[in-house]
Amino acid sequence: MNRIASYFKSLLLIELFKGMGLTMRYMFSPKYTMRYPMEHIPKSSRFRGLHALRRYPNGEERCIACKLCEAVCPALAITIDSAPRESDGQRRTTRYEIDLFKCIFCGFCEESCPVDSIVETHVHEYHFEHRGENVVTKPQLLAIGDRFEAEIAAARAQDAAYR
Amino acid sequence: MSAQPANHAAPDLLNVEIDGKPTQIRKGAMIIEAADAIGVAIPRFCYHRKLPIAANCRMCLVEVEMGGKPMPKPQPACATPVAEGMKVRTRSDAALKFQKDVMEFLLINHPLDCPICDQGGECELQDVALGYGRSVSRYTERKRTIADENLGSLVATEMTRCIQCTRCVRFTSEIAGTYELGGMSRGDNLQIGTYIGKTLETELSGNIIDVCPVGALTNKPFQYKARAWELVARPSVAYHDALGSNLWLHTRRGEVLRTVPRDNEAINECWLSDRDRYSHEGLYAADRLRAPEVRRNGQWQATTWDDALAVAAEALRSVPGGELGILAHPATTDEEGDLLVRLARGLGSPHLDHRLRQLDFADGAAAQPFALPAAEVQEVRAALLVGSDLRREMPLLNHRLHQAVKKGAKVYAVNPARFDFNYRLAGEAITAPQALADALLALARAAVAEGAGAPAALAEAINAAASDEGDHAAIAALKSGKAVVILGEAAVTHPQASWLRALARFIAQATGAGYDELPVGANAVGLARLGVLPGNGGLDAQAMLAQPRQAYVLYGAEPPHDFADGAAALKALRDARVVAFSAFAPPALREVADVILPIALLPETDGTLVNVDGLAQQVRAGAKAPGEARDGWKVLRALGGLMQLPSFEFDDLAGLRDGIVARPAAPREGRLAPRPAAAGLTRLATWPIYRVDAVLRRAGALNAHPLNRAPAVRVNADEAQRLGLAGAAAVRVADAVLPLVVDPAVPDGAAWVEAAQDSTATLPPYGAAITVSKA
Repeated sequence: MNRIASYFKSLLLIELFKGMGLTMRYMFSPKYTMRYPMEHIPKSSRFRGLHALRRYPNGEERCIACKLCEAVCPALAITIDSAPRESDGQRRTTRYEIDLFKCIFCGFCEESCPVDSIVETHVHEYHFEHRGENVVTKPQLLAIGDRFEAEIAAARAQDAAYR
Repeated sequence: MSAQPANHAAPDLLNVEIDGKPTQIRKGAMIIEAADAIGVAIPRFCYHRKLPIAANCRMCLVEVEMGGKPMPKPQPACATPVAEGMKVRTRSDAALKFQKDVMEFLLINHPLDCPICDQGGECELQDVALGYGRSVSRYTERKRTIADENLGSLVATEMTRCIQCTRCVRFTSEIAGTYELGGMSRGDNLQIGTYIGKTLETELSGNIIDVCPVGALTNKPFQYKARAWELVARPSVAYHDALGSNLWLHTRRGEVLRTVPRDNEAINECWLSDRDRYSHEGLYAADRLRAPEVRRNGQWQATTWDDALAVAAEALRSVPGGELGILAHPATTDEEGDLLVRLARGLGSPHLDHRLRQLDFADGAAAQPFALPAAEVQEVRAALLVGSDLRREMPLLNHRLHQAVKKGAKVYAVNPARFDFNYRLAGEAITAPQALADALLALARAAVAEGAGAPAALAEAINAAASDEGDHAAIAALKSGKAVVILGEAAVTHPQASWLRALARFIAQATGAGYDELPVGANAVGLARLGVLPGNGGLDAQAMLAQPRQAYVLYGAEPPHDFADGAAALKALRDARVVAFSAFAPPALREVADVILPIALLPETDGTLVNVDGLAQQVRAGAKAPGEARDGWKVLRALGGLMQLPSFEFDDLAGLRDGIVARPAAPREGRLAPRPAAAGLTRLATWPIYRVDAVLRRAGALNAHPLNRAPAVRVNADEAQRLGLAGAAAVRVADAVLPLVVDPAVPDGAAWVEAAQDSTATLPPYGAAITVSKA
């Protein structure tokens, strides 16, 4: 009896159709593969990507050179020099550099910052073409902040309740 | 304001128990002292072991039990004297509650600006708040704010952060003795300030930064530069006066960012003078030399060490030994000094000296250690200052004397001007420089009248002098107990220094007082011990310039500022070949030198300095010398090696130190300089406190401080009248035009023109006759 059943199964290609059915089902079901870089995986508001230095809405830089980020950085990736600002004597950085080769993207700098100045943005796509470009300087960090301020602020607002 | 802890109580000990630990402490001590002695930490803000007790922060409240009964209220540990059988609980629930409640009150008006506060990370309030503060403030009202005062170029203020511990107020009144800070208003409006918004003028002002437990008073030149945790502390020694204050260099990436005191009860206690604290700015002056430079065809060009050393060796070889003069700055380290002696011997030159600022070498005297150690000056009953502006010459020795005066010591002064002291003098004789020896002769006469036998060389002059009651009172006071005669820089650099020295020594010996002669320069004692002095037939520092040599080695000395007679120095050096070892390359040095070898300054090199007590203090390099600059001893080693001189075969510092030998010089006792009759107006030249060496002259904040007075000609009103200068704003002295200041501190017959300013460094020297005319 078994032999007859298996004879008909193979004669009618039932297993082939089963397999093809599975193929067809996957063919019409939604895709998991992202067509990167045209498509992106959605990112958490807590994503820790490229760093940025933020400004206040009036254009004043937030960083006050307290150096907590430099102190907390486990990879010693941050270097800060500070001095009274020439125009008004306020405490400001004269150098703020992050070595992205050293950085491990732990986010401690962002956590330690008392004025929400140093943040990690959602940007994770960047590259260096020359030696030395791995060290991002203060003007670069501020420029990144200026460019992505809307996204940065939105991500911080979303996470505010849990901080 | 406060009670002084009774330190003179009987030596009997009392038994007390602190947190269950039994201990013994002398009668009259406070609980907090007993606790500190056995390592029980009691939080405190206003208590400081060197300052009188105020008990106004209340942070040290503890539970006290006496005779089996608890005291009804908590007691401040800093102001409660111990008693027999006292039991103290510092960590009981009740004590902790008192302390936490006080902490909450202290934090009510303290701003939450730790991130921008320079004290952040090394703040006593921060530390104590971590242990005793609440994590969330219950205070929701407005915090008090206080307007800032500008206290000058050295101390930055943010008075909103002040917790009114009054340590700074007590410091300026009790230690600095200038009473410059005080409290205004009451309650939570109490403000600490100068009342009138003036610059702090004490020479010890930096110490209020150290005593301030919060960030209200911070270091201005260091402002916002670095955090405490970034700094590497390296032990070092101050090199602007011979006291040799111990200090920590706080460096980052090899650069000295600030200096703080290192406790040493025998030398500087826990204090540091502003001169030692802020001088590091000068290390990074714009004219600091980063590579050796050689002058070729009148043009200066940077070059390699090999080339520069070859040029230097050629210059030194080109003249006979007798035509070579070696002039070393008196702050040169022992190691470098010894190598200079070896260099001089190797090249056959007897002309070697470090006493650049002295004028009278008749007695061949060189600096000696103090007979009465600096720490004991605090205990004297009487002191005689001879030609000494002690406050500016050695600020922390003056502090010791000030402490003695507070305990009743009488200080007498024989000075060429009415110098500014921060205590009242019991008597003073103010005479023009040329009559200074006469004033001292009167004192010696009084000593002879009291029964002392005058030495033969002085007897005639002493017997010719007349003493008055004041002189007898001074001699009697010096005889009354422990006493000291201090010969200051204004006497050591005086053109009749041999007289002043002989007379001061005689007075000290006749009265049984200790004789302390201030060494001019941080390592003058050490260099004298090593024999950095003229050899057999050698010329002293003045004679070397008066009888010009064909070649000179300048070691760390900057012409014309470092020389007693700047004009003579420039003239002699200009016509000679000059090999300069210098950290800086100012225009005047470029004008006279042929090759400049950049050397490291003391904080950047290993070396030994001998202080006033004869204590040799070895320091390690704390910072990096800029560019190609190298340790002086290495440069000398290379130069000596290149010329194949003997005794230059060592390989390292240890080898160098093994070869160092003391070469004590015999002073020519009893030899005195001739004393010309007084003639007309003479110059009084003193070295301003912040101009004594090349580093200080480049320290911006110090030079902006009012203690560094603008160059001027100072005469008294009568003298100005006599000279026909009344009303003149500027006057001409030699080839300089300087402002005229009518100063009642200057005696008749003298014009006080401070040395070592750019416009005064080349004027006729101390004690020289000068003419002052309307410009």
